[in-house]
Amino acid sequence: MDASMLSRLQFALTVAFHYIFPPLSIGLGLILVIMESMWLRTGKELYHQMTKFWVKVFALIFSIGVASGIVMEFQFGTNWADYSRYVGDVFGSALAAEGIFAFFLESGFLAVLIFGWDRVGKKMHFVATLLVATGSMFSAVWIIVANSWMQTPAGYHIVPGPGGVPRAEVVDFIQVVLNHSTLDRLGHTLMGAWQTAAWMVLSVSAFYLLKKRHVEFAKASIRVALSVALAGALLQLLSGHASAKGVAVNQPAKMAAFEGHWKTSPAGMYLFGWYVPPASAATNVAGEVRGGLCIPGLLSWMIHGDAATPVTGLADFPAAERPPVNPVFQTYHIMVAIGMLLIVLSLAGGFFWWRQTLWDKRWFLRICVFAVVLPQAANQLGWFSAEVGRQPWIVYGLMKTQAAVSPGANAAQIWASLAMFAVMYLLLFVLFIYLLDHKIRQGPQEAVHAAGPALHGDRAGV
Amino acid sequence: MDLNLIWFVLMVVLFFGYAMLDGFDLGVGILHLFGRTDKDRRLMLNSIGPVWDGNEVWLVTGGGALFAAFPNVYATLFSGLYLPLMLVLTALIFRAVSIEFRSKQIHEGWRRFWDAGFFVGSLLASVLMGVLVGNLAWGIPLDARHYYAGGFWNLLHPYALLVAVTTVALFMMHGSIYLVMKTEGQLHDRVRAWVHNTMIFFIICYATTTMATLLFVPRMAQPFHARPWLGFVALLNMLAIANIPRQIYHKRDFNAFVSSCFAIACLMALLAIGLFPNMLCSNPFPANSLDIYGAASSPLTLKIMLIIALVGMPLVLAYTLSIYWVFRGKVKLDEGSY
Repeated sequence: MDASMLSRLQFALTVAFHYIFPPLSIGLGLILVIMESMWLRTGKELYHQMTKFWVKVFALIFSIGVASGIVMEFQFGTNWADYSRYVGDVFGSALAAEGIFAFFLESGFLAVLIFGWDRVGKKMHFVATLLVATGSMFSAVWIIVANSWMQTPAGYHIVPGPGGVPRAEVVDFIQVVLNHSTLDRLGHTLMGAWQTAAWMVLSVSAFYLLKKRHVEFAKASIRVALSVALAGALLQLLSGHASAKGVAVNQPAKMAAFEGHWKTSPAGMYLFGWYVPPASAATNVAGEVRGGLCIPGLLSWMIHGDAATPVTGLADFPAAERPPVNPVFQTYHIMVAIGMLLIVLSLAGGFFWWRQTLWDKRWFLRICVFAVVLPQAANQLGWFSAEVGRQPWIVYGLMKTQAAVSPGANAAQIWASLAMFAVMYLLLFVLFIYLLDHKIRQGPQEAVHAAGPALHGDRAGV
Repeated sequence: MDLNLIWFVLMVVLFFGYAMLDGFDLGVGILHLFGRTDKDRRLMLNSIGPVWDGNEVWLVTGGGALFAAFPNVYATLFSGLYLPLMLVLTALIFRAVSIEFRSKQIHEGWRRFWDAGFFVGSLLASVLMGVLVGNLAWGIPLDARHYYAGGFWNLLHPYALLVAVTTVALFMMHGSIYLVMKTEGQLHDRVRAWVHNTMIFFIICYATTTMATLLFVPRMAQPFHARPWLGFVALLNMLAIANIPRQIYHKRDFNAFVSSCFAIACLMALLAIGLFPNMLCSNPFPANSLDIYGAASSPLTLKIMLIIALVGMPLVLAYTLSIYWVFRGKVKLDEGSY
């Protein structure tokens, strides 16, 4: 494998690992705000317990998110130096803004959130929780701005930079930030994050209910998490639809790959299938989806509101400018399927809650325990689809990925760093699961007593 | 208004902020194994517990700002010094998770492992950052397109290693002064002794580095020839360092800490003065250097970034100060601690 392929692999691995954590932070931040505000409003100690427990889980998640996040900030420079030179004028600003407006806010007030219970009043602590949640959301804003600019670049022009080398430079910063896909993708990412955290809370709480432990805690947590899961799932439907329409307009090659659509024509929608590329480059030979279930006219209707309007097909693009279809088609379809499943599950949960039968539906609670992986999978699949669907472009229509790699990067050193990340992230993931599991088994109140031996020993030592 | 100059100064400020803040985190980490009991180690860990994460953000933001303001420097430096940077990342990840994981289990083997992780991560990060600074001062080989033209081992020349050792000494001193501020009782008395030892270590390193710089890196000394009044910065630096033992003796720990911060500011200033107007000096072939005009983003971007910085950074400073204020006083262990 050459340096270019290794760099892609490394970026994919590091960002995929990293992306396990920020959605949890963003969603859990929201959930913590809800729980702590309920404590402030009602004064019920249960909500205090809930907040304290989930803050501890938040801290664990956040620390690994930060650790894996620094890698991302540096990796544009280390492995994608020519990309950095070409777009730094535009892209770098979004990253710097993320640091200034988001990272300081969330990491700073995290101190009060985790360690400040006894040092500040209840209201001030709640402000800290709110600011950490806000900071995590701001972080999503700026990174989505940056990535969206790669998908739908706007507000720039290409001019000779230093040394006469052409590069992108900002013409209109508002257009850079509010490019054609930012808002759609921001909504989409946030709704994904809400569901990711909500289903984690649901999973843990359902587990407690099944074991008949911390029952009141579990029920109250489920009420909050299910509300967030339902809101997230339904809004995600709207967001997904808007995003897909945006892709059809702004990145037609990607939409063609999403749906395995070869010839520009009114298009049906395959619910599933396998794309087979054309056997030869002759113009009358078409690629097609086989073994699938197609609803005629549906794709045209979803995109244009009219089943007869043509959708751009892969054939309209030179072969070198088509993304790899099956990797994109399959991941996109599975993501959508998971999204639909999450809607069904949250509606079911909402229905049982309304009928007051939720706590007794053991089969549903068991599903909830395992459903924690669904939004995580959807997040990863969605990003894979979006980024591979953008290929061969690193900036759509502007710069090809193969031109973006650091020149003179040698494969040996990238093997070394790739191996290092693989080993370390595997270790971190195992430990994360281990510590999370330990915390869950400890449970909320027990957390105080388990710290006892160390704590009491310390006090005795004074 | 010279935006490039302003951004050069802002970059120095951002990395100074990092050195001043994460400097003591890394120092505490390097000193960690000198803590004898589990309780002492927990106290040391929790002295930085609430603030280390926010401190590390200065590095992330510094990197992001470098990308935005001087993308050619960001690209050349990070891709050129690939392995050292990857090792820094490894070290910082290890430091982060060691802090988070260490006290989560009572098992002694677990705690020993993460104690070592905290130490190694902090030490390795400090060494590598010193190597980086040493190479900034010494210069790195750049070609006519301003791409890095060297390898890995040529970065570990004696001058860079000297600066690396000096960085470790500096952070150990800075970290021990911070610990003196934050601890009480027996631990506090033991840490006071560390301040004296690390300070002597640092002064020896600093004197050696200064001599080596004057003798072997004349380019760094050149601005002081042209404008001798800049030597005032070096004088302030020495006064700041000399002030530390005085404040420690009078048990004004906070003043000692402020002096240490001020010394770091002077050191960063000296580095910046020596480098200016270059950001990446090419050695050999100085003509291939990247300076603040040749490596920068467009004036519009620099202006937009300046507005972002002027809006954002005062807010950051305000709430950072207030968060430190919330956690003022001696470190105490409670149920929320690491």
